Amino acid sequence: MPEGGRRKHRRLRAIFMRWRVNLPMAFALCLSVAPAVAQEPAPRRVVSMNLCTDQLAMLIAGEGQLHSVSVLASDPHSSAMVGQAGAFVANHALAEEIFLMEPDLVLAGTYSSRATVTLLRRLGFRVEEFAPPRSFADARDHIARIGELLHRQQRAAELIAMTDAGLARLAAGPRSGRTIALYEPNSYTAGSGTLANEVFRAAGLVNIAEKLGISGSARLPLEQLVMAKPDLIGRAGSDYGAPALAQENLVHPAFRALARQEFVDLPVAKMICGAPFTLDAAFMLQDAAGKQRQP
Amino acid sequence: MNADRRYHVLIALLAALTLMLFLLSLTVGPAAIGFGDSMAALVSARAGGIALIMREIRLPRAILGLMIGATLGLSGAVLQGYLRNPLAEPGLLGISASASLGAVLAIYTGLSAVFSLALPLAALAGAVAAVLVVQALAGARGSALIVILAGIAVTSFAGAMTSLALNLSPNPFAALEIMFWMLGSLTDRSMTHVWLAAPFMLIGWIMLGSLGRALDALTLGSETAASMGIELRRVQLLAVFGTAAGVGAATAVAGAIGFVGLVVPHILRPAVGARPSRLLPASALGGACMVLGADILVRVIAPERDLKLGVLTAIVGAPFFLWLVFRTRRSLT
Repeated sequence: MPEGGRRKHRRLRAIFMRWRVNLPMAFALCLSVAPAVAQEPAPRRVVSMNLCTDQLAMLIAGEGQLHSVSVLASDPHSSAMVGQAGAFVANHALAEEIFLMEPDLVLAGTYSSRATVTLLRRLGFRVEEFAPPRSFADARDHIARIGELLHRQQRAAELIAMTDAGLARLAAGPRSGRTIALYEPNSYTAGSGTLANEVFRAAGLVNIAEKLGISGSARLPLEQLVMAKPDLIGRAGSDYGAPALAQENLVHPAFRALARQEFVDLPVAKMICGAPFTLDAAFMLQDAAGKQRQP
Repeated sequence: MNADRRYHVLIALLAALTLMLFLLSLTVGPAAIGFGDSMAALVSARAGGIALIMREIRLPRAILGLMIGATLGLSGAVLQGYLRNPLAEPGLLGISASASLGAVLAIYTGLSAVFSLALPLAALAGAVAAVLVVQALAGARGSALIVILAGIAVTSFAGAMTSLALNLSPNPFAALEIMFWMLGSLTDRSMTHVWLAAPFMLIGWIMLGSLGRALDALTLGSETAASMGIELRRVQLLAVFGTAAGVGAATAVAGAIGFVGLVVPHILRPAVGARPSRLLPASALGGACMVLGADILVRVIAPERDLKLGVLTAIVGAPFFLWLVFRTRRSLT
């Protein structure tokens, strides 16, 4: 089976090569190939090797269309869809194992290993890459694009409508304007241009990191957190059942002394990838901010 | 008499420089706090953001910088005198790397969470093991070259085991901490770390500091030293366990910081004359200056990047090491 697929691909590549040399021939081919491309059948064996494409594929794919998702999809610390992920074969984003799965479409992140993606393409697989979502707009785009790729445009449209409705409900809710700082292991925080920042904004909160001029995911030294005095501190420390120095900042005496501020344990797994479930985090924060207001 | 005065002036200057760097270390940080405010917050009874930063974040950092630097400088001077090897240093002999391995095993197995003294004790055990292995490999009259080669072997092995232990941890952050254990850092250490490490470092200082006279005698050769009433067995015990206690505790809370013990005694040796007993206090102060200075620089050069201390000490130390090898290469072969 893979032999046949690869032979077909080699044939296609030969055609593409010819396009470059012989333009009139290319036009002729174009006329004959183009309609065929438009009616290309829906992929029947999709493999996703990135946490975010895993979850969107699970939400969008039709019955039996998705074959495998990455192991991260079954990790409760990073995935919001652990329950669903069990139904699929787990992959470790390695070229060899994906090759043996004989997928007709591979979904990857732009931060997936370059070597793996390049190798899979060389082996003749179709690999579609997705940048990490930095906003709800990105999430919408990714949902629509996966909908197109899987020929499940209608399901994608439903999910986008769900997201938009949720955002509208959040916007209609109370906008407390209280300040919040995300505080992760190793003193990392999320500034402007991150999905977390959009979640905070959707919840009617003001992100301290954005006010401090931090963009992307960057360090917020404990000293600066102490000085900034946010109304809420979003803790993003998971219990991995094993210690690491990275999490010592969350038990540092200076951090614990901030306890009079409201700590909120964020549902981190829902905030890594953009999907309708990301809004749960925003609703939760809107609630927490509202409760804090009443003494 | 003249040499005595020069020595006292040198010690006074080094002490003044250490104090200055200690105060500077207290005033450098991402939260912009004025010098007067920060010093006032340190001593006043008032609580608040600034007091919290000064007492819980910057003070432990400066204390640890001072103590760890002194430990490394002192143990470097003792090891060079005891092994009569210009290239001896806790980092190069694999003592720091093995202490790291001990600390890593204590922390990541969860042992230190149950019993906090397990952390410095495990690091101490790692350090002792390294010294014993290097000594066994090099033999009683090991040449400088053999001692260093044994140290390299121990360092590589301990480093590999540290990486393995961290990679096997189910915590995804653990693997990223290989860098901390190999290069060292004082970022966001707390008073807990000071209380944990300081007693061991003090014991190490006392043990190493008592070796001055013995090391002076050893410069005349071990037979002569023995005839002068120096108990070589006791010297070995104090040197090994003093280094292990000090470097073990230092490494347990700040990771392996290299080259301090190598560079500092060499720079100060010409200034104190060829007497190890005088080199010891000078090296302790010099080491404190070097680590405090490096820790200030990591915060000034790249405040947001959490640069590791070992990067800076290696920038100074590695070329120095090469120069030393170049200079001593005749005696190495």
